[in-house]
Amino acid sequence: MPPPFDLLPPLLSGLAVTAGLTVGGIIVAAVAAFTAGLAQLSRHWYLRVISIVYIDLFRGTSALVQLFWAYFALPMLGVELSAMATGIWVLGLNIGAYGAEVVRGAIQAVPQEQREAAVALNFTPRQTLWRIIIPQAVPAMLPPFGNLLIELLKSTALVSMITLSELTFQGQMLRASTLRSAEIFALVLVLYFLLAQIIAFIIRRLERKFAVGR
Amino acid sequence: MVFDWQYALDILPDLLRGFWVTIQATFLGMTAALILGLGWAILRRSAIRIMATMTAWVVEFIRSTPLLVQLYFLFFVLPDFGVTLSPFLTGVVGLGLHYSTYTSEVYRAGIEGVPKGQWEAAMALNMSRFHTWKAIILPQAIPPVIPALGNYLIAMFKDTPLLAAITVMELLQTAKLSGAETFRYLEPLTLVGLLFLVISLLSSRLVRKLEARFAQT
Repeated sequence: MPPPFDLLPPLLSGLAVTAGLTVGGIIVAAVAAFTAGLAQLSRHWYLRVISIVYIDLFRGTSALVQLFWAYFALPMLGVELSAMATGIWVLGLNIGAYGAEVVRGAIQAVPQEQREAAVALNFTPRQTLWRIIIPQAVPAMLPPFGNLLIELLKSTALVSMITLSELTFQGQMLRASTLRSAEIFALVLVLYFLLAQIIAFIIRRLERKFAVGR
Repeated sequence: MVFDWQYALDILPDLLRGFWVTIQATFLGMTAALILGLGWAILRRSAIRIMATMTAWVVEFIRSTPLLVQLYFLFFVLPDFGVTLSPFLTGVVGLGLHYSTYTSEVYRAGIEGVPKGQWEAAMALNMSRFHTWKAIILPQAIPPVIPALGNYLIAMFKDTPLLAAITVMELLQTAKLSGAETFRYLEPLTLVGLLFLVISLLSSRLVRKLEARFAQT
C-alpha cells in the first residue's frame, strides 16, 4: 500500500477496540440516562437525591479524572476492573449523566394534558409512562443524544491513557516505531471523523423514522 | 486500605500548584476559543461561498475528533515543521482550537437571532460590512449567548487534565506523580476529583446567575 495507507492495518485493530468501547459505552449510557432521568422525576425523594448526586458527581469532574480514579484509586478500595471494563463503565456513566438531563427535559416537555387524558382513561402510572409519555418524548431526545454519542466516541480516546490499545494508543505505538507523526495522527483523526459521521448518519435516520406521522 | 489524611494533607500544596497551572491553561485557552470561535462564526457567513463552506467543514472536523489526538498532533507534528512550542503553550493552542468550534456554534446561534431587518437597515444606511458587524450585529448577538459560552468555559476546565498527556504539570499530572512515588493513588486522585467538583459546581451556579441576568424577554 502506498504511504500513508501502509499505516492503516495496525490502526484498524485499534479501531475495532474503539468501536467496542463506543458500543459498550452507549449501552451503559442509555440505561444510566433513562434510569437517572426518570428517577429525577420520581415521587420518592431518595430516588431524586441519588440521581442528583450521580449526575453532579459525573458532570462536575472530568472524564479523564474519573477514568484515572476508577483505574488507579478504586483497586485500593478493593475493586479491580480491566482497562476495557473501566472504559465502558466510566465513559458510559459519564455520558449517561449528561443524557439524564436530556431525558428529564424531554419528558417534562410532554404536554400535561397527555397525563390527564391517561388518568381519565384509567391507565396505570406504568402504562402512562411507557405507552404515552416516553414514545412522545423520544423524538425530542434524539438530536441531543446524537451529540452526546459523538462526545462518547471522542472520549474513548482517553482510555488510551490507561493503556488500552484502542485507536489512539495504536497511533502512539506506531509513532514510537516509525516517527511518522504527521501521517499517523492525520489518519487517526480522519478515522475518528468517519466514525462520528456514521453515528450522525444513524441518528439522522432514526430522527426521520420517528418523525413519520407527526 | 483506608484514606490517609496525613498523606493527603502533605501532597495538598503540590496539588494546588498544579491546580494553578490548570486554571491558567483554562483562562488562556478560553480567551483563544472566544476569539477564534468568533472568527469561525463570521467566516461562516462570508459572502464568498467557498470560504463559508470550507469553514463549516473545518469546524465540523475539529468538533467531531478527540481533543487528545489533536493535542498529540500539535505536540508531535508542529516541531517537524519547525514550530516548537512549550508543552503548556501547545496545550493552550489545542484547547483554544478545539473549543473554538463549540463557541463558534454558540456565536452562530446568537448571530442568527439578530433580525434580518437589522442587516437591511445597516445596508440602507450605507454602513460598511465591518462597521455593520461591529456596531450593529455583534452587540445584539453576543449578550444573549454569554451563559452558553460560560458553560463551555466549565467544559474546557474539565478537559484541561488532558494536558497531562503532553507532559504539562497540571493538576492531574502532579497527582499521578505523587501517586507513582508512594504507590498510593487513592488520596491524590480523590483530591483531584474533589477540586474539580467544587469549582465545577460553583461555576455552574454562577452560569445560572448569568442566565437569569441575560434572560431574553
